[in-house]
Amino acid sequence: MTLIATQSLTKTYGGRVTALTDLTVAVEPGIIGLVGANGAGKSTLIKILLGLIAPTSGQVSVLDIDPTAEPAAVRARVGYMPEHDCLPPDLSAAELVTHLGRMSGLPRTAARERASEALRHVGLYEERYRPVGGYSTGMKQRVKLAQALVHDPDLLLLDEPTNGLDPAGRDAMLALVHRIGTEFGISVLVCSHLLGEVERICDTLIAIDGGRLLRADHISAMTTATDVLAVEVSEGTEELAARLAALDLPVARDGRLLLVPLADDSTYDLILGAVAELDLPLHRLDQRRHRVSELFATRELTHA
Amino acid sequence: MPELSSAAVRPTPTGVIHDIGYQRYEGPRLGRRHVFGALYLHGLRTIFGFGRSAKAKIFPWLVVGIVTLVAVALAALRSQLGEPVATYAQFADAMSWLVLFFVAVAAPELVSRDLRSGVLPLYFSRPLPRADYALAKLLALVTGLWLLLGGPQLVMFLGAAFTTKDGLKGVWNELLDLLPGLLYAGLWAVVFASVGLLIASLTGKRAFAAGGVVAVFLMTTPIVGVLSILPSHTANELAGLASPTTLVQGVGIWSLGDLLVEGDPGEMMIGGFGPVYALVAVLLVAGAAALLLARYRKVAS
Repeated sequence: MTLIATQSLTKTYGGRVTALTDLTVAVEPGIIGLVGANGAGKSTLIKILLGLIAPTSGQVSVLDIDPTAEPAAVRARVGYMPEHDCLPPDLSAAELVTHLGRMSGLPRTAARERASEALRHVGLYEERYRPVGGYSTGMKQRVKLAQALVHDPDLLLLDEPTNGLDPAGRDAMLALVHRIGTEFGISVLVCSHLLGEVERICDTLIAIDGGRLLRADHISAMTTATDVLAVEVSEGTEELAARLAALDLPVARDGRLLLVPLADDSTYDLILGAVAELDLPLHRLDQRRHRVSELFATRELTHA
Repeated sequence: MPELSSAAVRPTPTGVIHDIGYQRYEGPRLGRRHVFGALYLHGLRTIFGFGRSAKAKIFPWLVVGIVTLVAVALAALRSQLGEPVATYAQFADAMSWLVLFFVAVAAPELVSRDLRSGVLPLYFSRPLPRADYALAKLLALVTGLWLLLGGPQLVMFLGAAFTTKDGLKGVWNELLDLLPGLLYAGLWAVVFASVGLLIASLTGKRAFAAGGVVAVFLMTTPIVGVLSILPSHTANELAGLASPTTLVQGVGIWSLGDLLVEGDPGEMMIGGFGPVYALVAVLLVAGAAALLLARYRKVAS
């Protein structure tokens, strides 16, 4: 099953402001990170996926349903956590989540039970009977997550779930999202402008910039292919490069550094062997794990 | 006894919480009608302060108390005097000011709060269509107002029915008087609710919304006053159209006649323009409802 698929999706507001341009992407169930700077079109994409706004052109399907044709069918199976503050301060979390559960079509008792379950899963216990107005930002984010979970969706759309949280709160929220995606069997689309944050928890990454798709792929495909070893010797860089090339290692020069793609552990042995044979003073040998952000940065450069 | 001995061997601890992990929901998911009904009932409860703080119950129940007290007093007076002090429709007219203030509090409670807290995206990301949200709130307010006026009318009816001297026939006659009264109360409810909710839906600030509702109903009254003292007879007779309150009374005079104004036509003259009043009332309600729906097509998208 394809979780989300878009085909040449374009959205322009009022014919002038372009939010999404020719976006074609297909992702499998799992935890999907949707990254992009503010204004890249993340929220627009989420709203199109929910059937809240119609795309200007192109096709879209969520859980194999077209949200432009059957928005209610999509929304029944999707949970949405908006970015902004959306909780009435004078209701308790239990009341609010129960009510919203009923709005998703749960019968009265089921809504109450599922509400307390959802609140328990996000880590709210006794405090759920207190008015939301007195909650901390972290607790409010948890309530927002619980209301998206209450009707047991197949897909969660989380718009900046770590917004406004301190580092510890961010880690807790990300761990929670990861748990939902792996243990609960619910697919999650996490939207964030912080790449470093989502790449820790997601299987698939969609990067958009200025409404255009930069890249969409499995996170493993993005990182392993680019793990490189950086070798630096005080002298004899040329000789070492020639020697490594003779060993069938694709060497690249980066200033005083030699970059060798890391195939497996034997790559280390080959390099160390070559350095020892040439008797060169090895300055450093370390693994450069490319952050995903660097991938996009270089890609940007090649485009320019 | 085997159970006892096994319990003694393996004492099961009480009050242990087991983390059974996340459970998928396999139960029924109700359709649009049920969700609409749930939202409608929630709105109706909100109007009377149920499920909310004690403070939120004070004003609605104060108004309910006053109108009920008036109805009881009227019923008591009637049983003493043997003839009605006020008809059901006249009661509704007399209570219209209280209903106005009730609307000014209830309508913002229903819609302004949701606008203010930004909770609407949570509703609209669920299967419920936007129009259903607005209509459920409107229907809840109409029902609330109708109960507010109809309930006391029922008290008056019961008072009259139990003290009637004409037996079953007396009860039947009383019922025939009550029914138009309830319909008239319904007209008040529909007009007040549609206009009041539309105004309240324009702002997230409850105080502004309440002020706006009162202003629209009260500020139009002087216009009626000015129009009704113009030299033109036609202008006088159409003056009531300028304010929702007098509009409702005009429709009442036209449709109920002496159930509302006995013998003496009173201060309000509508001449032969009764159908015009009815038409304008229908247009007002339809227009307000249409604008309300249009408002919710746009808001929070």
